[in-house]
Amino acid sequence: MRKRSLIPILYIAFLMLPIYWLVAMSFKTTNEILSGFSLFPQTFTLENYRVIFTDPTWYWGYFNSIIYVSLNTVISVCVALPAAYAFSRYRFLGDKQLFFWLLTNRMAPAAVFALPFFQLYSSVGLFDTHLAVALAHCLFNIPLAVWILEGFMGGVPKELDETAYVDGYSFPRFFVTIFLPTIKAGVGVAAFFCFMFSWVELLLAKTLTAVEAKPIAATMTKTASSAGYELGLLAAAGTLTIIPGAIVIYFVRNYIAKGFALGRV
Amino acid sequence: MKTENQRAWFFVLPVLLLVAFNALVPIMTVVNYSVQETFGNNVFFWQGLDWFEQILRSDRFQAALGRQFLFTFLILIIEVPLGIIIALSMPRKGIWVPVCLVLMALPMLIPWNVVGAMWNIFTLPKIGLLGYLMNDVLGISYDMTQNPFAAWVTIIVMDVWHWTSLVVLLSYAGLVSIPDAYFQAAKIDGASPWKVFRYIQLPKMKTVLTIAILLRFMDSFNIYTEPFVLTGGGPGNSTTLLSIDLVKIALGQFDLGPAAAMSLIYFAITLLVSWLFYTLMTKDDAK
Repeated sequence: MRKRSLIPILYIAFLMLPIYWLVAMSFKTTNEILSGFSLFPQTFTLENYRVIFTDPTWYWGYFNSIIYVSLNTVISVCVALPAAYAFSRYRFLGDKQLFFWLLTNRMAPAAVFALPFFQLYSSVGLFDTHLAVALAHCLFNIPLAVWILEGFMGGVPKELDETAYVDGYSFPRFFVTIFLPTIKAGVGVAAFFCFMFSWVELLLAKTLTAVEAKPIAATMTKTASSAGYELGLLAAAGTLTIIPGAIVIYFVRNYIAKGFALGRV
Repeated sequence: MKTENQRAWFFVLPVLLLVAFNALVPIMTVVNYSVQETFGNNVFFWQGLDWFEQILRSDRFQAALGRQFLFTFLILIIEVPLGIIIALSMPRKGIWVPVCLVLMALPMLIPWNVVGAMWNIFTLPKIGLLGYLMNDVLGISYDMTQNPFAAWVTIIVMDVWHWTSLVVLLSYAGLVSIPDAYFQAAKIDGASPWKVFRYIQLPKMKTVLTIAILLRFMDSFNIYTEPFVLTGGGPGNSTTLLSIDLVKIALGQFDLGPAAAMSLIYFAITLLVSWLFYTLMTKDDAK
């Protein structure tokens, strides 16, 4: 082992410490947490998890989050694909301005949009639906998806398109059967980032929902204030929110490595 | 070479409609509020640019803006060099690459309020690992609910924990795209590690670093949830960053006019700095 691999190891150890603490806390009883310091759970308990898996307000929080995040990822990637193709292949009136304008939407603080978003989605009758959150998250995810996909598509030579047309492919058939498989690493990376930013965002998701589509993270903040200071329960819920992200990274790890090998993100 | 084709607009149309629906209507609502005064009941009075003047002159806004700039500045000068150093020392091939990537990406996939709650649990005196280590083992008095300096250190360390990986992953992407031939040539010429970094690796990372710095600037400048959950802006107002102050005014006091004017000033500052940085970084490419 060389000396310089010490740096990533130390960095990863630093990243894992607070996560370890959260996980360890989730297996402790409230008594043990409040009675003093212990590095490992002394009285190992699954009680905190049992509460979450048996109470519908808890586990529906997870389903709600997963539903709107998946919906958002699908919408973002599907509409971003043709747009990214247009940006990477054609020049058209106002293309550069449009591209920059799309990016500016990532710069608006979500706090700015919270109240107007509430009014907008209430007035179109979508308040407290999964679709509302999925559409609202498009604001920052579509620009990102277009940006990433455009980078990947720019790396595919234009001759590929021309050869396909000479061979008599129609545009939709070319796009789906030839072009998409070529940039699938890009689609993976774009979907990953959309999933990530939709999963971690809370302010808009909380503003746009009340009961039916309430995200898990909002259930947590409510419990934290109403049920007193149940640190163990909070830690268990927090631990469970890490899992979907971990699963998604595991599945796209090769795409990400490949995407990075292309030198474009 | 790209071909001129106006029909490409049809490809962009769905994106345009969706983003415009989400962006234009809310921003126009904000603009509307920013020039009016309301006493409830949907009665509005024309106010002109008074709110903007009032906000720009207020000590409270200037203090929050100052804290925001300090926070973003500290974040950038810590995370960017640290991210580059870690990316440089990562393996370029082998089974450890996906392991490193997955573990490093993990903090970025945790919901933001969970990040705040996690660091809260981590730093509690007596109960948290860090709080216990500092107070009871090292004997350094550490309580971020009392001490503004401790609160600042904690939100900075939390953000470094949360987002340095983004810089690492992007820099790493730039590094692995450099062909081996470059390094062999440098070796033959007897270039020092510093020269290899300065004249081969850094120029090749320029594009991805621009993206990384831009993303880190935008996101740290707009940060809200994590410090809000961790410190609530306290002790006192010491960690009340701009967006925390904004939400206090808009939802806490329901002063829609001033909050809207503040939002627009906030947005304009973010836009201006990003645009300046973007033009500066891409100036050489255009030549």
